Amino acid sequence: MQIYLDNSATTQVSEPVLAIMEQAMRVDFGNPSSLHTMGMEAENYIKKAKTQIVNTLRVQEKEIFFTSCGTESDNMAIIGSAFANMRKGKHLITTAIEHAAVGSTMKFLEEQGFEVTYLPVDEYGVISLDDLRNAIREDTILVSMMYVNNEIGSVMPIHEAGELIKECNPDTLFHVDAIQGYGKFKIYPKQDKIDLLAVSGHKIHGPKGVGFLYIKEKTKVKPIIHGGGHQNGMRSGTENVPGAAGMGLACELAYTDFEAKVEHMYALREHFIEEAEKIEGVSINGRKTRENAPHIVSVSVPGVRSEVLLHSLEDKGIYVSAGSACSSNKPSVSATLKAIGLPKEKLESTVRISFCETNTFEEVDATIAAMKELIPMLTRFVRR
Amino acid sequence: MYQSFLIKYGEIAIKGKNRHLFEDALVSHLVHALKPVEGEFDIWKEQGRIYVDAKGDYDYDHAISAMTKVFGVVGVCPMVQVEDEGYEKLVEEVVKHLKETYGDKEKTFKVMARRARKNYPMNSTEINMDMGEKILDACPNMKVDVHNPDLYVNIEIRQKINIYTEIIPGPGGMPVGSNGKAMLLLSGGIDSPVAGYMIAKRGVSLEATYFHAPPYTSERAKQKVVDLAAIVARYSGPITLNVVNFTDIQLEIYQKCPHDELTIIMRRYMMKIAEHFAKESNCLGLITGESIGQVASQTMQSLAATNDVCTLPVYRPLIGFDKQEIVEVSEKIDTYETSILPFEDCCTIFVAKHPVTKPNINVIRRSELKLQDTIDDLVKTAIETTERIVVEAK
Repeated sequence: MQIYLDNSATTQVSEPVLAIMEQAMRVDFGNPSSLHTMGMEAENYIKKAKTQIVNTLRVQEKEIFFTSCGTESDNMAIIGSAFANMRKGKHLITTAIEHAAVGSTMKFLEEQGFEVTYLPVDEYGVISLDDLRNAIREDTILVSMMYVNNEIGSVMPIHEAGELIKECNPDTLFHVDAIQGYGKFKIYPKQDKIDLLAVSGHKIHGPKGVGFLYIKEKTKVKPIIHGGGHQNGMRSGTENVPGAAGMGLACELAYTDFEAKVEHMYALREHFIEEAEKIEGVSINGRKTRENAPHIVSVSVPGVRSEVLLHSLEDKGIYVSAGSACSSNKPSVSATLKAIGLPKEKLESTVRISFCETNTFEEVDATIAAMKELIPMLTRFVRR
Repeated sequence: MYQSFLIKYGEIAIKGKNRHLFEDALVSHLVHALKPVEGEFDIWKEQGRIYVDAKGDYDYDHAISAMTKVFGVVGVCPMVQVEDEGYEKLVEEVVKHLKETYGDKEKTFKVMARRARKNYPMNSTEINMDMGEKILDACPNMKVDVHNPDLYVNIEIRQKINIYTEIIPGPGGMPVGSNGKAMLLLSGGIDSPVAGYMIAKRGVSLEATYFHAPPYTSERAKQKVVDLAAIVARYSGPITLNVVNFTDIQLEIYQKCPHDELTIIMRRYMMKIAEHFAKESNCLGLITGESIGQVASQTMQSLAATNDVCTLPVYRPLIGFDKQEIVEVSEKIDTYETSILPFEDCCTIFVAKHPVTKPNINVIRRSELKLQDTIDDLVKTAIETTERIVVEAK
C-alpha cells in the first residue's frame, strides 16, 4: 500500500501528459528554431501549450515565457524587474514567509544594494493590508508575494493587494509566486493587477524541469539568462519542447472540472482535520476553514520530532513532508512556522500533509488510523 | 612529462625477513590505487626500490593523488630515467631536467649521487662535486647549499640512471592488510571515520558496525554512513559494514533504566554487539573515535564503564586529540563535508539533558539487571537481522 500525501513537494505526471511528452520526444523531436518542417512541428507544441496556459489565465500568448522551474521563474521576475527598474528606485517589498526561491533572491538583491522590506504575518500566515500600504514608498519598484504558502497553505489577499499597490504607487510592479496556488485557485492577472506570475509544472501533474513566467505586456524585465535570443530574448536556450507540451496540457487539465476537484480536496482536508484533532496531542496550524488552500494541512505533534513521525508513517507506506528541516546537529527551523508564532516544541514537531484530487477518503482514513496507532507510542518515547 | 616514479617507503625497509611481504602488499595496493587512473602503469621492484612506469599518455595529477593515498608510501618522486651513455651525456640530462622543472626560479640545491653499480668510473663524492659545478655553470639562478637546500638533485646510478629532485609526500604508515583486521564502530560523526583511517594507516584492514534506529533515524542517515565508509575505503580498501537495527534495544533501555545512564548502557550494548561481529570475522580489536572528555560518555569513568564489557582490545587512536585536531584530519582525508551533513544519529535521539559524567560501574551493572529478562533476546534479534554491506571505495 502506498499513500502519497506529499503533493506540495511534487505530483505524479498524469497519463495524457506523459503521452504528449513522449510524442514530443520520440516523434516530433525537432528544434523549434530550425527552419524546416520538423522545426515548425516542434514549435507548434510550444504554441499549443501557450494557448492552453493563457486560456486558464485570460492573458495573451506573448506574455508567457517558459523557464526550467518555478525557482527560475521567481528569479527571472524579481532579479529581472529589479535590474530593469533600478533607476526608479531600489526598494522592494516581500513577506516573511516566502519560499526560498523568493527569499534567497531578495537576500541576493540586498547584497547588490537594494533595500527589502519584509512584511510580517499573523498567526494564520497572512499579511495585513495596512502593513503593505505603509510599506509602499515612492521608490518601491516591486512587491513580491506568494499566492499560497507552501508549508501551511495560507492564502494571501492577492486581489486586494494588487488594487492597493497600484493605488499607492502605479509604478510599483506586483509579482506573485503562484507555485502552490495555480491549479487550486482561479487566477486572473489582469483582474488582480498582477504584472508577474510564476508557475511550476510538476506541482500540477506536469513534468519536472519546466515552469513559466507570465510577464504583463510592456513590463520592463531584463533577461537573466543570455544566449541565442529565444523567446524574444527574454529567456535564451532551446525551448524544452516536451516539458512545455506536458506543462500546457497539465495546465488545461488542472482547470478541467476545476470546481469539483477543489471541492474534493477541501472535503478531504476537512475530514482529515476533524479526525486528526480527535487524536490526543495533535494540533493544526493555520486556518482550518476554506480561507486556507484546499490541499495543505500543517500538523503539529509536540514531543514527536517531525522526522520521526515522517519515518514512522513512511514505514506504513504513507508519504508526508517534514514541516521544517531540523536536526540535533544543525537546527534550522522553518521561517514560516516561526513567523506565525509557533512555540518551540511545535517548531520541531510539525509535518505537512498535502493532497491532490486523486487522493481518497479511504487514504485519509488509513492515515488517521496510522496516526492513532503511532502517536501514543511515539509520545511515550520522548526526549526527557 | 615524467614517465617514471620512485616510491619511497620508510618503515618497511627495517622489517627484516618479513620485508618482502610488506613490499608485495605495497605493490598490490599501488596496482589497485592506479586502476581507475587514465593510463597504463607498470609497477616493479628492484633492489629494495619500488618503481612505477607509465606507458604512454596518462593523467599525471590523478596518478599522483592516487599513489599518495596508499598507506606505506612515504613519498612519490617523479623521476627521469636515462640510459648510461657516459658522464657528459648525464650532465646534459641533469641540466635539462633542472631547466625544464625550475626554469629561472632561484633555488639552492645539493647533489646527492648514489651508486648501486660500483663499476661506474666516478665515485659518489666525485659526482657530487663535479655535477654541482656543472649545474652552477649552466644555471645562473641556482646556488649550492649543502646544509639546508631547497632541493636535492638525486642521481642514482643503477642499470639505468635515475634523476629526481622532487618528493611528493605520501601518508606514511604501513600497507593495509599487513597487520590484521579490526572492527570500527562507525557513526555518522566526524571522529569515527578519522579513527578508522588512523588505524588503517598502520596496516590494519577494517570492518565496521553502524547502529541505526528507524524510525528515529532515517535512511539518509544510514546512506551517510555508507558514504563515509566509502571514503575511508579509499585508504583502507573495501569495508564490510554491519548495519544493526538498534531501536528495540534502545527503547527497552529507555523504559527500564535510569535516564541519565541511558547513553552509557546503550554504548555498552553497542560494544557487545560490535565485539560479536568482530570475533565472528576474526578481527583482533575494536576501534572507536573516542577522545577523553569530549562528551559525557567519553570521560575517563565513562570510557572505563564501556570498556568493561569488552574482551578484545579497544583501540582509541584519537584519545589525546582535541576536536580541532580531529577536524583537521577529517578535512585532509575528505570525510568532513559528509560528516557534518545534518542527519540525526542514534546516539543523540534520546539523550538526557544531564547524563551521568562519572558513572560507577557497579551502579551501571545493577541498572542493567532490570533488562535481564528481555535483553538477550533483543540482542540476538538485532544480530540476526543485521544487514551486511560491502562498501567499495568511492
